[in-house]
Amino acid sequence: MTDLSTLKVPGPTEIALTQPFWDAAAEGRLVIPHCRACDQPFFYPREICPHCWADAWDWRQASGQGRLKSFSMVWKPGHPGWAPAAPYAVGLVALAEGPVMLSHILSPAPVVGMVLTLAPTDIGGRVLPAFRPA
Amino acid sequence: MRPQAALIGVGSLAPQRRTEGASTLGMLARAAKAALDDSGLEKSAIDGLLVGPQVGETPQHVPATVAEYLGLQPVMGNVVDLGGASGPGMIWRAAAAIQAGMCETVLCVIGNHRNPEAPRSPNRNPIREFDVPFGASGANISYALLKQAHMARYGSTDEDFALIAHWARANAQRMPEAIFHGQPASVDEVLASPLVASPLHLFEIVMPVAGAEAVIVTSAARAKGRRAAYLLGAGEKITHRAVSQAPDLTSGPLKPSMTRAFAQSGLGVERMSLLSLYDCYTIMVATTLEDSGLCPPGQFGAFMRAHDFGPEGDWPLNTHGGQLGYGQPDLAGGMTHVTEAVRQLRGSAEGRQIKDAEFALVTGNGATMSEAVALVLGAEP
Ligand SMILES: [Zn+2]
Repeated sequence: MTDLSTLKVPGPTEIALTQPFWDAAAEGRLVIPHCRACDQPFFYPREICPHCWADAWDWRQASGQGRLKSFSMVWKPGHPGWAPAAPYAVGLVALAEGPVMLSHILSPAPVVGMVLTLAPTDIGGRVLPAFRPA
Repeated sequence: MRPQAALIGVGSLAPQRRTEGASTLGMLARAAKAALDDSGLEKSAIDGLLVGPQVGETPQHVPATVAEYLGLQPVMGNVVDLGGASGPGMIWRAAAAIQAGMCETVLCVIGNHRNPEAPRSPNRNPIREFDVPFGASGANISYALLKQAHMARYGSTDEDFALIAHWARANAQRMPEAIFHGQPASVDEVLASPLVASPLHLFEIVMPVAGAEAVIVTSAARAKGRRAAYLLGAGEKITHRAVSQAPDLTSGPLKPSMTRAFAQSGLGVERMSLLSLYDCYTIMVATTLEDSGLCPPGQFGAFMRAHDFGPEGDWPLNTHGGQLGYGQPDLAGGMTHVTEAVRQLRGSAEGRQIKDAEFALVTGNGATMSEAVALVLGAEP
């Protein structure tokens, strides 16, 4: 398997609002927004809660557990920097808390429905919240 | 209340892999001229203008720039920015503006060149921040995720999907302008084409081309005595942008859009003479067939095996080859499904005419099965 840390690939384009997510990711943690008003989690982070439009929400630590909703083995990456890693898997992870995030899946043969767990991984020089089979 | 308008002229530029030195404005002008000639109207009749976003030479003030280039001074101008649904989305907006009394004859025009140049403007949206860093750049992966989800949920097979690409290539053999004219593909050949993003094979993905498409929409009164197709119903729905935010991976916003369009028209899908279905990828046709009610969820494969989708078949589907056979002229790809439906309903689809074509279902789809427009068109008002 290619050492993902050496890839020359585009990293996150964080802004002040999303900085805590990427800072936590760098420490190997997954945090997601949780609305104070409607008591629901959401992802990705937004200025206001997409469920109820409340502007008061908190970062909460997620369990890091999830289930694979779908995946693709990427043979021809959309960005040339990923070519040395192909084929690699990306997938939709239904987090145990509810929201869905797209992530890198550390498995040569993923299966829809498989249980996943957070696997902080250095990708292109930054630790990102990837997932692997639990 | 339903939208009422006549689609009185259509113009298409043949798809091309490259257009060295061409400008998008120039291509829009040539498509517009072809549509006006086809309509039999004078240029002075045009008093409305709908254009697509990202016109190569001008990211902003697009309607004014296009109007100036064409020597028009419209009383209604706007941009429709719904990805592959932009073309169909223009048609009902034109009808609505005409019915509101704001204008009478609208030029809907969309297209793009393909020249080597810098990529589009820097993107800082949530997809760039939360998808791209994990290795997910571009639409192929999003639609691969949708196809995989369908296969996992319903047990649909690669062969089922390959039939869709096979029929698109087959119909393209009746369309001399199509990029895959002269290149049919069997199911085996589709399956033998390289995996791009599993489970999507190369032949299940559109070929990007340059092109432009234009449609002139006018009031039913003005269309009297001329050959026109008529808007009988329309529906639109936007559900998300990034595939991770899709409320459902195996049914899309075209479902409510088609329901609304059929309700307005008073017709059911079984009355359609032509299915002009947006086909950026095979999975998009599969989901649309199921969302239309033509077959139960998960059963498109059996439907593909049971019918003939050519112009003389029992279910003519994308008789211009679809975008999978014709090529995808960027955002104008969605408009090819409109222009083909108009040609079929007016009896001018040379060499691929459906006999006695009465009604057509047209669908448009944008982003990651996110933006949807459905139209029902008829040969009579
Ligand atoms: Zn809330």
